Amino acid sequence: MKGILKKISQINFGLMSPENIRKMSVTKIVTPDTYDEDGYPIEAGLMDPRLGVIDPGLRCRSCGSKGGDCQGHFGHINLARPVIHVGFADTIHKVLRSTCKDCGHVLLTEAEMADYREKIGNQIKNEESITAIIKDVYTVARRDKCPHCAEEQEDVKIDKPVSIVEGNYKLTASEVRERLEAIPEDEYIFVGINHEVAKPEWMVLTVLPVPPVTVRPSITLETGERSEDDLTHKLVDILRINQRLKENMEAGAPQLIVEDLWELLQYHVTTYFDNEASGVPPARHRSGRPLKTLAQRLKGKEGRFRSNLSGKRVNFSARTVISPDPNISINEVGVPEMIATEVTVPVFVTEWNIEAMKKFIMNGPNVHPGANYVIRPDERKIRVYDETKETVIEKLEPGFVVERHLMDGDVVLFNRQPSLHRMSMMAHEVKVLPYKTFRLNLCVCPPYNADFDGDEMNMHVFQTEESRAEAKSLMRVQEHILSPRFGGPIIGGIHDHISGAYLLTREGSVFSEEDVFQMVKHARMALPNATGKDWTGKQVFSLLLPKDLNMVYKAEICRKCDECLKQECKNDAYVVIDNGQIITGAMDEKAYGAFSGKILDSIVKEYGTDKAREFLDSSTKLAISGIMKRGFTTSTADEEIPREAKDRIEQLLANAEAKVEQLIEAYHNEELEALPGRSLRETLEMKIMQVLGEARDKSGEIAESYFGMENHAVIMALTGARGSMLNLTQIAACVGQQSVRGGRIERGYSQRTLPHFQVGELGAKASGFVHSSYKKGLDPLEFFFHAMGGREGLVDTAIRTAQSGYMQRRLVNALQDLNVQPDGTVRDNRGVIVQTEYGEDGIDPAKSDYGKVADIDRMIDEMRIKSKIGK
Amino acid sequence: MDIEKVEKVVKKKRTKFPEKLIYEIADAAERHDLNDKELDELVKEIKKANQRAGVENGEAVGTVAAQSVGEPGTQMTMRTFHYAGVAELNVTLGLPRLIEIVDARKKISTPTMGIYFDEEYSADEEFVRKIANRIGKIILNDILKDFNVNYANMNLSIEIDEDKVNDKRLEYDEIIAKIEKAFKKVEIDKNLLSFEPTITDPKHAIRELRLLADKVRDLQISGVKNIGKVVIRKEGAEWAIHTEGSNLGAVLKMEGVDKTRTSTNDIHEVEKVLGVEAARNAIIHEAQSTMEEQGLTVDVRHIMLVADMMTADGKVKSIGRHGISGEKASVLARASFEETGKHLLRASIRGEVDHLTGIIENIIIGQPIPLGTGSVGVIMKEKK
Repeated sequence: MKGILKKISQINFGLMSPENIRKMSVTKIVTPDTYDEDGYPIEAGLMDPRLGVIDPGLRCRSCGSKGGDCQGHFGHINLARPVIHVGFADTIHKVLRSTCKDCGHVLLTEAEMADYREKIGNQIKNEESITAIIKDVYTVARRDKCPHCAEEQEDVKIDKPVSIVEGNYKLTASEVRERLEAIPEDEYIFVGINHEVAKPEWMVLTVLPVPPVTVRPSITLETGERSEDDLTHKLVDILRINQRLKENMEAGAPQLIVEDLWELLQYHVTTYFDNEASGVPPARHRSGRPLKTLAQRLKGKEGRFRSNLSGKRVNFSARTVISPDPNISINEVGVPEMIATEVTVPVFVTEWNIEAMKKFIMNGPNVHPGANYVIRPDERKIRVYDETKETVIEKLEPGFVVERHLMDGDVVLFNRQPSLHRMSMMAHEVKVLPYKTFRLNLCVCPPYNADFDGDEMNMHVFQTEESRAEAKSLMRVQEHILSPRFGGPIIGGIHDHISGAYLLTREGSVFSEEDVFQMVKHARMALPNATGKDWTGKQVFSLLLPKDLNMVYKAEICRKCDECLKQECKNDAYVVIDNGQIITGAMDEKAYGAFSGKILDSIVKEYGTDKAREFLDSSTKLAISGIMKRGFTTSTADEEIPREAKDRIEQLLANAEAKVEQLIEAYHNEELEALPGRSLRETLEMKIMQVLGEARDKSGEIAESYFGMENHAVIMALTGARGSMLNLTQIAACVGQQSVRGGRIERGYSQRTLPHFQVGELGAKASGFVHSSYKKGLDPLEFFFHAMGGREGLVDTAIRTAQSGYMQRRLVNALQDLNVQPDGTVRDNRGVIVQTEYGEDGIDPAKSDYGKVADIDRMIDEMRIKSKIGK
Repeated sequence: MDIEKVEKVVKKKRTKFPEKLIYEIADAAERHDLNDKELDELVKEIKKANQRAGVENGEAVGTVAAQSVGEPGTQMTMRTFHYAGVAELNVTLGLPRLIEIVDARKKISTPTMGIYFDEEYSADEEFVRKIANRIGKIILNDILKDFNVNYANMNLSIEIDEDKVNDKRLEYDEIIAKIEKAFKKVEIDKNLLSFEPTITDPKHAIRELRLLADKVRDLQISGVKNIGKVVIRKEGAEWAIHTEGSNLGAVLKMEGVDKTRTSTNDIHEVEKVLGVEAARNAIIHEAQSTMEEQGLTVDVRHIMLVADMMTADGKVKSIGRHGISGEKASVLARASFEETGKHLLRASIRGEVDHLTGIIENIIIGQPIPLGTGSVGVIMKEKK
């Protein structure tokens, strides 16, 4: 609840000079041991107490602050011989290649230097990348002869990871360093080095900073054994070799031995920085696991950047399984009492709410509307216990903060991963409920892409007043009924809501007044005036519609007849709403379903989100009570077709198979004519697929002709509630061709799909055509082919999620800095204009009508109606 | 109703509408036969709607666009190939194609062209067929009646099928000229040709003969570079050509080709031939049709923003570490995306400065982000 005290305005990057490393160091580290026999850290060892403390009891020997407050202090190791920093090996190679081996000048002529100096200067002035120019310099400055001292240059090569070879001689790190030192300072810029923050010779290390213990804490196992961090292990290795190298050098050991040790030191320092550098075997732990050194700590998904800096762990959050609750509003979320007593909301105590706060504290931490903590003005946090609550209450006065339990009406953030779009995180109002699952209204399943087969969701509680206000006005569920993706509704009725509404409103659906009142009451709507007559379902549903709503559209059940009978439609698919009364047409997915609900869409756009939320809440409840009045069930009995139909399908499939045989024969006799641009084999495949596809469709049509609108499965399929006619015909008539890799199944056994067939058999059955229906059951061969197709689908989905996830990450990363400026332009954070007007018309798709400013035709109609009334 | 009239009314209302909207209004006005007063009223209403639906300042349009393009990706099929319109041609579709577009690949997996013709030729089947054969790759093998490798005489005899030559609208003389140019040792007797291999080493004579046979068969006698198969189709009243492979530059130079409708799905080729602006439109068109083909609706504005970002500095850049994300100003933003070490090390020798103006940078250091409600401050009004 504090404002921002300090703001970081910029971060400068630079190299550290050996002097700087020594200056910031608190101690020189020399001994490779960490602790002595008594378990105390050794002075000048890697766990030197001056490097900082971790244990909360102790005080730091360097800064005097307590453990936890002390962020640690660096030490240093003086390397007996210089070593090359792996990360800069490539740069060093390029720099050496571009500079004279004798005089140290960059191999550019005076004219070129002046030219590049200006170019680079310009880029830096404009804060643009100089990478391209430096790359250019590297190629131009690869000369055989120095333009300054006319010295012949030898080819410098790099032997990964860190060996620099000139001609046939491998340069030692000391020699490399000398060469880098010889480069004149005002020429650094040509090789991409900023002389203000770096010198090329600093890329060769002579002194190694030792990170504080807080960076590499050791852990004590249950057995009392200490286990050191990977970095500490690596530093021990470095120290050990460094020590041996120094001793050998002092003793005047043969050159060969010194060089070997030097090489070893280079290896250890290399793997200390990057244990995945190409060309070096990774350093391993005793168990054989590769060590996680500096570069690995930063890199990748689990690295510091993506895991700890871009994503942070939070308090005041909860996660549990979700389950449906049709009785709460779409704006609400049911929170289990157990969670409500755990996560808290901070409330400032004032003289107006002090009594209420005292009541919360009186309830204690275990009784629901209670409190867990009290924060005093001096920022001390006091836990409320049942034993201490009286004393806490006594001390409570305005200015304190009470962390009270979550209560009905609090605004929380609700989220389900993967958070693919902004509707994956919406603000809900809390409703504290018994049991242990989060409850949500079924209408919000589509935006979260949630179901209840064990899905879990997260909840976050806002801790500041600003965040609450912002969430309430921008993130509430009702503000997200329209998707910014296409400007239509993404929240709406699903499944039973749709079949329910259809059953309620279809032609011939009549209810007694008593039933109607029951349903209306159940939907928590205002009771209409009694008429004493029976009601049609359309009249009941019309109670929900705004009184001045007019619209005409074709429902989902529309069969797309050649000639539309409009109001006389036999399927009741032509919906006409006149002044809030449904005249003709039944309600289905097109009315208020997620993704395509026209009435819902029009209510949000014309009457606002509050009205839309009310409409959704009541209409879904009404539909549910409607479906309960009438009763709705489905079973395989719904897919039963008479004997005669089965015979016809059998006949049809037999014919198709005969036709396939004919085609195959024609193919073998080479009578088949190839389609343009296709081989004979491909032509045959295409023709067979076509014949079998038609056969499946025809068999489906036969089955369909026995299904009427009284069939519950058909109602679900046609209204768009769940499933499709294809699913039904697959159950009733014929499953059809199974495909792998977009074609018929052709591999599996030598020259055939299964050993049950003849070599080279191409027939329908041998390539995965399933004659049976799901209801009849698949024979073993069909079952196997079906599993093949099914497996491909599963593999496909797994790959797709990974691919599209990465694509989205890249897209978001590339575009996230864009925003709309007050002048209407779209710019990134550098101020580069990407669009002069957003979307060429400055319209927000989320507020548009399917991408358009407004439905002009509707506007005209309304205008005319209004003017008529005016007259 | 004419456009000018609508424009006048719009001007009178002291507002500015995009061109497209004005056309829509004019169109609607004509359909409903509006009188002047009604038009006046309509423009007023639309002005209100326009203001209501406008984007707000500070809106994170980039993130919304990225999410709107990325989210449907999970619903797309992986089915790489599909027959798009033309049964004879395979075209990459679905998620792989979308990834290809945002990657701005130099070599796309299935380049294809749709070639249309000027009005005077579009109904002329003969003309279109002729062009098709000039564009499509035809090899000698396609027009042969007979092909014999004679091991006894160590020669090759072929017979050209005149019917096929005529069917493909080729010129006999041109074919012969091409053959003569490619092979030195050839005897020509009308349709009968015989080739002899140049034998350098008698030990490998048979191999040489076989190699020659392949060479003869694969001799390209017609076609534009990079274009393989062509398919001629009747679309409505006109004839069009669809190709496998693409060469926009060469095709546009051909006579009779409609330069406004002929297109390719290779974005880099569009950029090379027609420039970035066209490449930007090509990205929008390709991405949108990929989405639509899958039955997914995504507002054009989102795709436009992606395309504009990709082409903002005059050349087509990919989305990812080699393109936009790799060229960001901020070190932290680049380091947190990919290639963390490389960016940090490079920043240190260059002495780069991160001004922390972007989104991730501010998240990393724990400050409010400069977007949406974070891009504005509140100042209390002083009491006078």
